[in-house]
Amino acid sequence: MSSRETILQRLRNRTGGELTVPECDFSVLVRDDWSTKERIERFEKMIESVHGEVHHCTEDMWMERLAEVLNTRGARNLLIPKQHEIGQSLRTAGRNDLPELLIYDEPIESWQSHLFNEVDASITSTRGGIAETGSLILWPNEDEPRLMSLVPPVHIAVLRAAELYTTFHEAMKAQNWAAGMPTNALLISGPSKTADIEQTLAYGVHGPKELIVLIIE
Amino acid sequence: MSETAEHTGHHIDVKEFHPRAQAAIHDPKIRKNFRSAMDGLMSKRKTAFEGWDLETLRDLGANVRLRALANLPDLLEQLEKKLIENGIRVHWAVDGDEACRIVRDICKARDAKTVIKGKSMVSEEMELNHYLEEQGIEALESDLGEYIVQLADETPSHIIMPAIHKNTGEISQLLHEKTGTDLSNDVEYLTASARLQLREKFMNADVGVSGVNFAVAETGTLCLVENEGNGRMTTTVPKCHIAVTGIEKVVPSMEDVSALLALLTRSATGQHITTYFNMISGPRKAEELDGPEEVHLVLVDNGRSSIYQDDELLDTLRCIRCGACMNHCPVYTRVGGHAYGTTYPGPIGKILMPHLIGLDEGRHLPSASSLCGACGEVCPVKIPIPDLLVRLRQESVDGDKLHPAKVRGHGAKRSSMEAMIWKGWAWMHASPGIYRFGTGAASKFRALQPSKAGAWTDYRTPPKLAAKTLHQRMKERGQ
Repeated sequence: MSSRETILQRLRNRTGGELTVPECDFSVLVRDDWSTKERIERFEKMIESVHGEVHHCTEDMWMERLAEVLNTRGARNLLIPKQHEIGQSLRTAGRNDLPELLIYDEPIESWQSHLFNEVDASITSTRGGIAETGSLILWPNEDEPRLMSLVPPVHIAVLRAAELYTTFHEAMKAQNWAAGMPTNALLISGPSKTADIEQTLAYGVHGPKELIVLIIE
Repeated sequence: MSETAEHTGHHIDVKEFHPRAQAAIHDPKIRKNFRSAMDGLMSKRKTAFEGWDLETLRDLGANVRLRALANLPDLLEQLEKKLIENGIRVHWAVDGDEACRIVRDICKARDAKTVIKGKSMVSEEMELNHYLEEQGIEALESDLGEYIVQLADETPSHIIMPAIHKNTGEISQLLHEKTGTDLSNDVEYLTASARLQLREKFMNADVGVSGVNFAVAETGTLCLVENEGNGRMTTTVPKCHIAVTGIEKVVPSMEDVSALLALLTRSATGQHITTYFNMISGPRKAEELDGPEEVHLVLVDNGRSSIYQDDELLDTLRCIRCGACMNHCPVYTRVGGHAYGTTYPGPIGKILMPHLIGLDEGRHLPSASSLCGACGEVCPVKIPIPDLLVRLRQESVDGDKLHPAKVRGHGAKRSSMEAMIWKGWAWMHASPGIYRFGTGAASKFRALQPSKAGAWTDYRTPPKLAAKTLHQRMKERGQ
């Protein structure tokens, strides 16, 4: 008998007999319906408490704010999506206050060491955010691959205020995650960190040292 | 280096709990490191649950886990089917050795020489690193705490914070000796050095091995909770990702995950959520530009299906590995994680390890507790840990007549002398005449009472029998 059958058979022929299935009432996870303003406030408070940075922007001026953010950090380049409107508008804006724009359009194998060693910052879109925990929802794809939000030392994420949910429970239901998940989905809540050395917080242990959120209101 | 820290997993003797606990109690560094860390974690947990109806949330956590366990075989099949549809290969292992062999075979088939690891307690349980080294495959831990522990040739002393027993000075010394970094008490510098060393390893590793926090049957999704990003690196950069998990980690849907996630991180470290919640549902698709080409899941039983047989012991399988029970345990806080000599230390270890190693080897585990009940009170999925400790104590001294043997090593601690004494005790208390005669005689000859009563009187003054029994005194009062 295979190990699979052995295990399943042992579980099926349980000596204690069949187990009762308890009711699960998820209402404790449901929060009051916060207004957009309350959601933004909570999101900002939560993400700042874990060393994230929030900039309030509008459709007209987010690029200007982005340029400031990059210039104060002396970023030499910025990795952008190719198809997404964020990438499109950056490329067509013709601004001279932005650093060199890079596109992730080749398999990682062909430029891994360049990505790991030479890229200073990246910008990605989000699939919304979660106010209660200060989290960003990312579904990486071929336009914004998985490592874009992980390898560069600075990750900038664009969040539309209207796509801010109150809780993870609400977001997951509203976006119908049960229907199917992408190869990789992420909740990101702050820059990479560790407290493994004597409980002292240090940022950027493996992933980005900084997470900057541009909220478009 | 302290006496307790010198032992490493594969040659530790679990039975030597008492000498190790003694050494730890007298080691001021161990006492200080654990005390300050556990105090911090307890208060952070409390703050993190402010504004929550914690009891109701814990009820939900318990029910979610119980529901999943009630449907465990069906859920495992559903998970397998969905994962295969998603392109993930599924393997089943009856024990740790088989799980190690599965990982080895995947590595060999890819001609892999180096494995980078994200944090996984199941892989500790399997002693995977040790096994892979023997097979000529380098296995490197990438979680900073695990990396430190591995460099020191030790085992984790806490399931969430593996290197909590070491202070900055020791870590600096260790990194200096093993990796050539400068001696420094600057945690940022030490962390940045490890980042550089490990980035190189991520880029060159052939295989990434990770654990799993929740496996979702409905969507075929493996969820990983972490702060550092090493878990994401491990599961994204190498061409092959192998996830290993206990069979009990499966839940029906993402909705169940939302409840457990709300409990897990707050209970563990007092965080509302960790930096990364990584949900993996498949290998890289043809059009995608990164991610592993191959993803495997190894479902490990290793004693879990035996625990599953018994209605009471089954509750052990609810565990979501948050570590809150150890953070709140007065024994763990004083002796630290290494004293137990087991993969999982603290209260959860005391109820889980006897199943994995047997009650003969793990004989001291169920009694290494004051039964204060703190573990049961903070458990996010309401595992009645104190009740289970009592049950295991009972099992360890039971004669086989009383209960059918559920746990390996059942009755290992039984002493015929002790059993006889209790039998006599029960007999005496059930017969009033003999009871009165016995207590009367004991009072009369109380001068002969021994001043030592085994371990009980090591730290206690023995109670003295009164000159007169209660019955005699009542009689004198004319009642």
